[in-house]
Amino acid sequence: MSTDVLTQELQQGFDCVYEKPDTLTDTRFHYCPGCGHGVAHRILMETIQELGIAEQTVGVAPVGCSVFAYHYMNIDMQEAAHGRACAVATGVKRVLPDRYVFTYQGDGDLAAIGTAETIHAVNRGENILIVFINNAIYGMTGGQMAPTTLAKMVTSTTPYGRETDWIGFPLKMTDLVAHLPGAYYVTRQAVHTPNAVRKAKKAIRNAFEYQKLNKGTCFVEIVSNCPSGWKMNPSDSNKWLEENMLPFYPLGDLKVPEKA
Amino acid sequence: MQEQISKEREIRLMKGNEALAEAAIRAGMHAYFGYPITPQSEILEYLTEQMPKRNFKVLQAESEVASINMIYGAAGAGARVMTTSSSPGISLMQEGLSYIASAELPCVVANVVRGGPGLGTIQPSQGDYFQAVKGGGHGDYRLIVLAPNSVQEMADFVFDGFRLAEKYRNPVMILTDGALGQMMEKVALPPEGSLEHVVPEWATVGKPKTREPNIITSLFIEPEKMQAVNIHLQKKYKTIEENEIRYEEYHTEDAEIILTAFGLSSRLCQKAVDLAREAGIKVGLLRPITLFPFPYQRISELAHDAKAFLTVEMNAGQMVEDVRLAVNGKKPVFFTGKMGGIIPSPEEILAKVEEMAANINNLTEVER
Repeated sequence: MSTDVLTQELQQGFDCVYEKPDTLTDTRFHYCPGCGHGVAHRILMETIQELGIAEQTVGVAPVGCSVFAYHYMNIDMQEAAHGRACAVATGVKRVLPDRYVFTYQGDGDLAAIGTAETIHAVNRGENILIVFINNAIYGMTGGQMAPTTLAKMVTSTTPYGRETDWIGFPLKMTDLVAHLPGAYYVTRQAVHTPNAVRKAKKAIRNAFEYQKLNKGTCFVEIVSNCPSGWKMNPSDSNKWLEENMLPFYPLGDLKVPEKA
Repeated sequence: MQEQISKEREIRLMKGNEALAEAAIRAGMHAYFGYPITPQSEILEYLTEQMPKRNFKVLQAESEVASINMIYGAAGAGARVMTTSSSPGISLMQEGLSYIASAELPCVVANVVRGGPGLGTIQPSQGDYFQAVKGGGHGDYRLIVLAPNSVQEMADFVFDGFRLAEKYRNPVMILTDGALGQMMEKVALPPEGSLEHVVPEWATVGKPKTREPNIITSLFIEPEKMQAVNIHLQKKYKTIEENEIRYEEYHTEDAEIILTAFGLSSRLCQKAVDLAREAGIKVGLLRPITLFPFPYQRISELAHDAKAFLTVEMNAGQMVEDVRLAVNGKKPVFFTGKMGGIIPSPEEILAKVEEMAANINNLTEVER
């Protein structure tokens, strides 16, 4: 759309306002410019608003860059210890089975220190949504290697690149949990292009709708960038994500509900 | 009044672990999260067996780390919740307990203590006094610690535990041991539903449009705010110290030697006092029931007239440090104990008392 057309449409009263949902507070995100967390927060909370379930939803924040998620999400929230979000969410959901419960976790939190809690929550088929932000790095602590860090990828603790022969291989948590019978819906999405954002939002919407059915865990991975940790500007980081992350972490559904 | 209460109670013969589990159901516990470990697995077994017939939820977690964090979540959602474990499992819960104390979530945690350190033994011990009373996890926090010495108290203290936890928004630990957990005694159980519960207004149950979000957190990144939280917590702990100290005394009126002991040790000491009194030795017993808050003041008062103290524990000497703080050098304080899952006999305690009595006016603490 050219500027002229836009101006013309605005003059004609075309509604172009992209409003902030009530489910987000007025607090400014602390995330670095270009980071995927802001978009992920937004589509998550827009979905909760659109579904009209804000009053029935309890979120669990992790330790990591999104540790302050509850500053932005205008709903009841609990802050979990590092890696324990799925156990905390289990506790909430077991005593409030009619509420929507989600965790929002990064890859250090979910795929390293929280592996046991994550696998077992999914294996029990806890009726929760796990939103898993994978940017292949520990962002908050300054860019250290995560279990998801790609082979040869340089981080502050793999300064010569991740040598898989002695430090191990990048962990595909989403593929792992997709094998568990307790998983109902498992998908890998991204938020680096408008098209990807639309698809990711649809996945989150599906997950909340499935939660109503009490059929098991919904797991939505969002492959994201970390411009600061990757030492790139935002557009380069999105390009790098497409060229390096997506071949290893391909987007798409890993498990979808069987048709009735 | 006492008679009326006892009439409402149901008399059963039960293991301590079972009595604690049954009491939790009767106290209106909404959910239990736990992991098997000897010598307390009967609690999880009893509750899973009862769950279909009664109105509460049980979940066997994948670890004690998970169970304490499920407790965090469920307590934060306003439920009345309990977990139990034994020493090594309680060590795994210390992270969660620190978070729970900081986020001010009410819950009851029972530690059916076994001998340690390490994997240790499955036999009874009191080796977790320091861990329960002095912290265990990181940061400046306190658990309210109740130490039962009978199967009856294993049941009663669950009610007291929930009451205190909810009154002060603080985790309560029932510090018991493998012997009290495993032994059977008569227990009079309070009726079900006798403990009222109201969903607290701070709970994360879903935010209505009319209020601000409820946030359960222990994260206060600005030091000024973190300090304010700490000051608030310390003030609360002081209030607890002012209002909730509980202890029992046995023949302390004219005692020259005061035994101090908690939990199972206090029962052995009671017998030792009887034996010593038969032998004409003026001995009494002070048994702290709350280990935090600790009866420093009462022990300090007793130090005025008594000639010496003897602390008896099933560990290397842990509570004795608090007794010494209370006595503050006014009188000698001695210690005798057994470690590694051994229970001292009343006769062994008596022998120590007789040794002290023989030299009562000339005792010094050198043999510490």
